[in-house]
Amino acid sequence: MYIIVVGGGKVGYYLTKALLDEGHEVLLVEKNVTICKNTVDEMGSVCFRGDGCEASTLAEVGAGRADMLIAVTGDDEDNLVACQVAKHKFNVPRTISRIRNPKNETIFKKLGIDVTVSSTNIILEHIEEELPTHSVTRLLDIRDKGMEIVEVKILPESTTVGKAVRELSLPEESSLCLLLRKQEKPIIPKADTILQSEDRIIAITPLESEEVLRATLTST
Amino acid sequence: MKVVIMGCGRVGAQLAALLDAEGHLVTTLDTDAYSFRRLPPDFNGTALLGNGIDEEALIRAGIEEADAFVAVTQGDNRNVMAAQIAKHVFNVPRVICRIYDPLRQELYSTLGLEAFSPTTIFAQLLKEKLVS
Repeated sequence: MYIIVVGGGKVGYYLTKALLDEGHEVLLVEKNVTICKNTVDEMGSVCFRGDGCEASTLAEVGAGRADMLIAVTGDDEDNLVACQVAKHKFNVPRTISRIRNPKNETIFKKLGIDVTVSSTNIILEHIEEELPTHSVTRLLDIRDKGMEIVEVKILPESTTVGKAVRELSLPEESSLCLLLRKQEKPIIPKADTILQSEDRIIAITPLESEEVLRATLTST
Repeated sequence: MKVVIMGCGRVGAQLAALLDAEGHLVTTLDTDAYSFRRLPPDFNGTALLGNGIDEEALIRAGIEEADAFVAVTQGDNRNVMAAQIAKHVFNVPRVICRIYDPLRQELYSTLGLEAFSPTTIFAQLLKEKLVS
């Protein structure tokens, strides 16, 4: 695949490296001459100096035959424009944009960007996972199906401790897939499985039922 | 007419002053309060500190009731993004933005944004002055 990466910061640098390792044809577009030079010295001629938001730059790097453009500069508006120019001027089939401000996720979707990755949200979620009081962690978003996979921690004070799975009134279409218990092999929860304190449950749920699922499993 | 102007530079401030003098309701938005010095002392509109690519700032500026939105910051991409938010998220009836880069201006015009490139306009003007 031919992939154009816009923005040679930390994210762009490691992304370019990873994509090259996977055997893709990659070109990094970066404005800063020093970054360009360092990248070329290290990885070979995989960096083009220019503004990835400019149609003329994208024309020069052959955006017309690119399979994908990934914009990972530090500015949301630059990423948006790079993706839109790629999409509308060069018909690049897939555009991915990094966003800093989580609020921009819906706006970018509305403006035709195929995929957005919110670095802020990812960091927040990872930190939240480490908070002992945080009971639900989103593991995977199956967005086009409106489903997600979450991990729910059963806190010691929860009323569900000692209850069997069948006693819980789980929201419809939510199901418990796996139960992780300290020093034990993962268990597939059955109707008669009894929940214990500190259990971690992997569940699949429709997005809109996440709150109900959380309330059911962690009620105190 | 209620107008929100993003960017209180020379153009933004002058446009705000002209519209205000004609009795329109003007809100000007800038990320630097120092820019508001460009507004005339008798300016009756609102000067608001905030980033026009932030939905909340736009709401505070009254974009939901605005009849028109104008994006004239120094950054082409900021103007493009704010104008698209105004048009596609808040459905502002009239949205105009400045894009210095002629190629980008052409692209966004074909995508339905009312965009002007001062580069193209001024170059054309100079050429006409020189040649005619």
